[in-house]
Amino acid sequence: MTTGDIKTSVEEPMSTETPVRAPEAEVPANAQPEGGRVGAGAFEPKALLKSLPDAMRKLDPRVMVKSPVMFVVEIGSVLTTVLSIVHPGDWFGWAIAAWLWLTVIFANLAEAVAEGRGKAQADTLRKAKTDTVARRLDGDAEESVPGTELRVGDLVVCEAGDIIPGDGDVVEGVASVDESAITGESAPVIRESGGDRCAVTGGTKVLSDRIVIKITTKPGETFIDRMISLVEGAARQKTPNEIALNILLASLTIVFLLAVVTLQPFAIYAKAEQSMIVLVALLVCLIPTTIGALLSAIGIAGMDRLVQRNVLAMSGRAVEAAGDVSTLLLDKTGTITYGNRQASEFVPVRGTTAAEVADAAQLSSLADETPEGRSIVVLAKEKFGLRERHQGELVDAEWIPFTAQTRMSGVDVDGRKVRKGATGSVIAWVQERGGTVAEDAQSLTDTISQAGGTPLLVAVEDTDGARVLGVIHLKDVVKHGMRERFDELRRMGIKTVMITGDNPLTAAAIAEEAGVDDFLAEATPEDKMALIKREQAGGKLVAMTGDGTNDAPALAQADVGVAMNTGTSAAKEAGNMVDLDSNPTKLIEIVEIGKQLLITRGALTTFSIANDVAKYFAIIPAMFAVAYPGLNKLNVMALHSPQSAILSAIIFNALIIVALVPLALRGVRYRPMSADKMLRRNLAIYGVGGLIAPFIGIKIIDMLITLIPGIG
Amino acid sequence: MSPILADVLQVSALVVALALVYVPLGDYMAGVYSSKKHLRVERLIYRSIGANPDTEMRWPAYLRGVLAFSLISVLFLYLLQRIQNHLPGSLGFAAVTPQQAFNTAASFVTNTNWQSYSGETTMGHVVQTGGLAVQNFVSAAVGIAVAIALVRGFARSRTGELGNFWSDLVRTTVRILLPLSFVAAIVLVACGAIQDFGTWHNLTTLTGGSQGMPVGGVASQEAIKELGTNGGGFFNANSAHPFENPNAFTNLFEIFLILVIPFALTRTFGKLVGNVKQGYAILAAMFIIWLGFVVLMSWTEFAHPGAALQAAHGAMEGKEQRFGVGASALFSVSTTLTSTGAVDSFHSSFTAFGGGLDLLAMMLGELAPGGTGSGLYGMLIMAIIAVFIAGLMVGRTPEYLGKKIGGREIKFAACYILITPAVALIFTALAMALPTPIHSAANPGPHGFSEVLYAYTSAANNNGSAFAGLNANTDWFNTTTGLAVLLGRFLPMVFVLALAGSLAEQRPVPETAGTLRTEKPLFAGLLVGTVLIVTGLTYFPALALGPIAEGLS
Repeated sequence: MTTGDIKTSVEEPMSTETPVRAPEAEVPANAQPEGGRVGAGAFEPKALLKSLPDAMRKLDPRVMVKSPVMFVVEIGSVLTTVLSIVHPGDWFGWAIAAWLWLTVIFANLAEAVAEGRGKAQADTLRKAKTDTVARRLDGDAEESVPGTELRVGDLVVCEAGDIIPGDGDVVEGVASVDESAITGESAPVIRESGGDRCAVTGGTKVLSDRIVIKITTKPGETFIDRMISLVEGAARQKTPNEIALNILLASLTIVFLLAVVTLQPFAIYAKAEQSMIVLVALLVCLIPTTIGALLSAIGIAGMDRLVQRNVLAMSGRAVEAAGDVSTLLLDKTGTITYGNRQASEFVPVRGTTAAEVADAAQLSSLADETPEGRSIVVLAKEKFGLRERHQGELVDAEWIPFTAQTRMSGVDVDGRKVRKGATGSVIAWVQERGGTVAEDAQSLTDTISQAGGTPLLVAVEDTDGARVLGVIHLKDVVKHGMRERFDELRRMGIKTVMITGDNPLTAAAIAEEAGVDDFLAEATPEDKMALIKREQAGGKLVAMTGDGTNDAPALAQADVGVAMNTGTSAAKEAGNMVDLDSNPTKLIEIVEIGKQLLITRGALTTFSIANDVAKYFAIIPAMFAVAYPGLNKLNVMALHSPQSAILSAIIFNALIIVALVPLALRGVRYRPMSADKMLRRNLAIYGVGGLIAPFIGIKIIDMLITLIPGIG
Repeated sequence: MSPILADVLQVSALVVALALVYVPLGDYMAGVYSSKKHLRVERLIYRSIGANPDTEMRWPAYLRGVLAFSLISVLFLYLLQRIQNHLPGSLGFAAVTPQQAFNTAASFVTNTNWQSYSGETTMGHVVQTGGLAVQNFVSAAVGIAVAIALVRGFARSRTGELGNFWSDLVRTTVRILLPLSFVAAIVLVACGAIQDFGTWHNLTTLTGGSQGMPVGGVASQEAIKELGTNGGGFFNANSAHPFENPNAFTNLFEIFLILVIPFALTRTFGKLVGNVKQGYAILAAMFIIWLGFVVLMSWTEFAHPGAALQAAHGAMEGKEQRFGVGASALFSVSTTLTSTGAVDSFHSSFTAFGGGLDLLAMMLGELAPGGTGSGLYGMLIMAIIAVFIAGLMVGRTPEYLGKKIGGREIKFAACYILITPAVALIFTALAMALPTPIHSAANPGPHGFSEVLYAYTSAANNNGSAFAGLNANTDWFNTTTGLAVLLGRFLPMVFVLALAGSLAEQRPVPETAGTLRTEKPLFAGLLVGTVLIVTGLTYFPALALGPIAEGLS
């Protein structure tokens, strides 16, 4: 690769939405979306109130039965209410019944709040989905039909100002399209027929020009429709792990149900027969209500956190899989590197200085508007303080712009001719003028090529004749912070594989610099597919991003396939997530969100189960200290009376749900670290904390309720 | 030497002895289950029962083997007792009643060895040695076979095959239990246990009276009784009887026999799954619980509140003078934390908390180290539960030993942990709710309740020990404990084998830095916590009304 054509050095078509950004803006750790379509989604207490009607509607037993734990609580609520109606004089029964109802409502509220956030997003989307009139082509004739009547295969015309009536591919023309309705990104994007930028989405707006679109989806199944049902949670199904956890929670509920049901004969023998209300209270305290109440909210919130980062997961299963991913396939361009080569060094040949090379290189690049050319000017300024000269400053200068034929750019000024360009072209230029090519020029360019870079020669012709001054080292610049990110991933047990069309030499150099674990050079779609299958055969879960039609099979094969929104319909159809920002780096965040979801689930389960210890210490002495006064020694919290003890435990049990709603929605704080450290930390917080917290909480509630006259 | 120091020395000696044989025995057993060769005697057995030891079985086939073999065993043992009066060497004993024969048959086949009879006055030579002792071997072997099938479920991938039940059963008996118990029996005989197939000796006592001295294959039965965590004593007094357990050394030796296979199986497990450290983690969890119970039990028995106990320097009621408090505490903890149920002292007479600890030990599911085989699979099920909850906290869907713990796996594990409490609590509740059964209890108040609770906890967990005050030889108790032992034994095995089949079918997940490290001390600690909280909490209300109420009053 000694005579690299600079124009083609950008191997992959640059996505129109990802302009080169300043380094510091790239891959911030745990990046929050900067003012995307939805806010960061901090939990607002007001949301609780707003979701109350939804929460009440969910009291329907047909809905409740889906959460076995809370269904048991609801039955308990009904039972205690009926008993209280039969014995209306018993304040304790009423209090327990009320708090049991609150427990159920709080649980429903958690789910409703989580869903409510999705609903708000869905409303925004619905606005974009206003009924459109399509201009359907029938032969050459045009007819106006409602957007809802379009069928797959119909051709429609859209001109500036038109709303695109449905999902499809551009088959004719090129246009700029405003996709802010979906992506929240206000900058228009280019959509054109053929290639990987042909997909358009219904509900977006054509800003200029005229395109003909072939409709690819039925009305009601368009991308925007799917988005709406996804964010609303209508299409939500329980994920495999959620189902498994539900089984465990249900079986714990049965165990505790047995423990409580069989307790009555024992109590009667002990001459301490318990009222039904107390038994129900004990049962509700023991069954894992905390996690049972928050389980579905955690799942919805996990999907929601993705939506906030402008990623749409087509299934919860994909989010869960993201947490398990052990191999990440990352495209080099755009993900690991900036997507174009940049000047990194000026190397002088023997007898000249780097400053001389820089000066000549800068001068010759002023007329080169390619990104590479600009980067030379920038580097010269950074390294040698060479101010950028404007073309107008130099009078009588004859500018030679870069062309694909000459593969050189430069300037003729003050009798001095400066050129920079591809090695072969510059050598030919020097030799034509009878100049000399320095002996070490060849070895310098070879060294750069071997390191994976692209050498450009700088030459000058002045009074001393034509000669090569030095070499510009162009290289792929790895994004800032990538190495740290990959180190983090490695600590999390995730292997990164860089995918590139580069030759192995170049690929190895960049892989080394970026710190990825492995690379796939000269990658074809088949190679990618084979790599995924190989990893999966070893039991690994693979995540990848892709946008082209030829990525589609691999996207479908990968466990987590994130399609770029700029990509083709085929790619979007094949993947199980779509990134509306089309930012491949986001794959890393997706993995983190998947992990966070699972951690939150585990943490709250642990917390919920650990809570039982304290509740036993509150309730058992309350139930049996009358029959066996010795059991009062178990009342380590020194709770005021049997009634206040049981009531406090029930109130704690209900309030802890509300208290943990923000955590369930936000997710447990996640920092990449090894499994060991993470387990130790979470066990300390949620396991040990779950043991201790209820002792304190129940005691405080007991102190408060004894202040109520008539109870104390 | 102070009794406490003596206790510490005994425990230390025991731990050293167990540690010495851990690796060789564990590795030897791993070899037994991976070997391709059959011994000649084994071939003979296979031919006579018509089994092909080389066919691989999927879990339903394996389960069918377990159930068929056990059913035949129950029927055979029942028959043997019912026709005992016609058998040679019956020592003149009558046929056992139907209820008691059913109870005993079920009890010995399930490795429980709950005894509602008094051995020396009920069973003749043929039943004792040809029926009960045989079951002592094979019921232990069935437990180990099922555990090995589960281990294979972890070790194997993309196959549903779990090995061959007949081969596992025969090899366990022939290559492990027989040689070990032979050696153990010799040691016991050498130390004074009796081995005599004659007729009762009539002796004239010092005061001139006449006393019958029982005879039998005591030492041989004693060896396998402990080694196979069976616990069914030749004599009613079990290991408190001087002919079964003559002195302090045999006492410690018997505890050693109880613990040696269940602990060593963790090494076998580690070997078979290809990572001995995984075995150490399970071992550590078992050992922590066992040691914790030993310390607590010794403490509560030595601390002995009350003037009388303090005067006697310990809660000596129900304990043999030749063993004392420390050795009795050690024995009782070891017997209830395994599924043995042999006793050298009487649990009902322990302090309230001491008896409560014995109860709790069984309630935890007898998995520290547990019965032969059943301890290992019990602890592995708990490990799956622990991994499932804690595994999520490292941000991955749970996996253990490279196998995903998904809906199917957790369903089987959850059913497993549900059964024993269900059986124990429901039968106890029935006994307490019905008017008659409670008349069997010898004591009023919490202790009377404890007696009943203990009986069903012991039966459901296949332990076999009892709070001796309870008269269990009634139709009600013979029938219900018989049912409890069967349900408590075979239903869990169904789920263990189903789980094993499900695991064996899976593709292994490679370990990465993001994987929960299940061979680390943290996980062992977590496992202990899970055992205590998940199973312990179920029984807290019942314990509160029994031993805790008694102890705190």
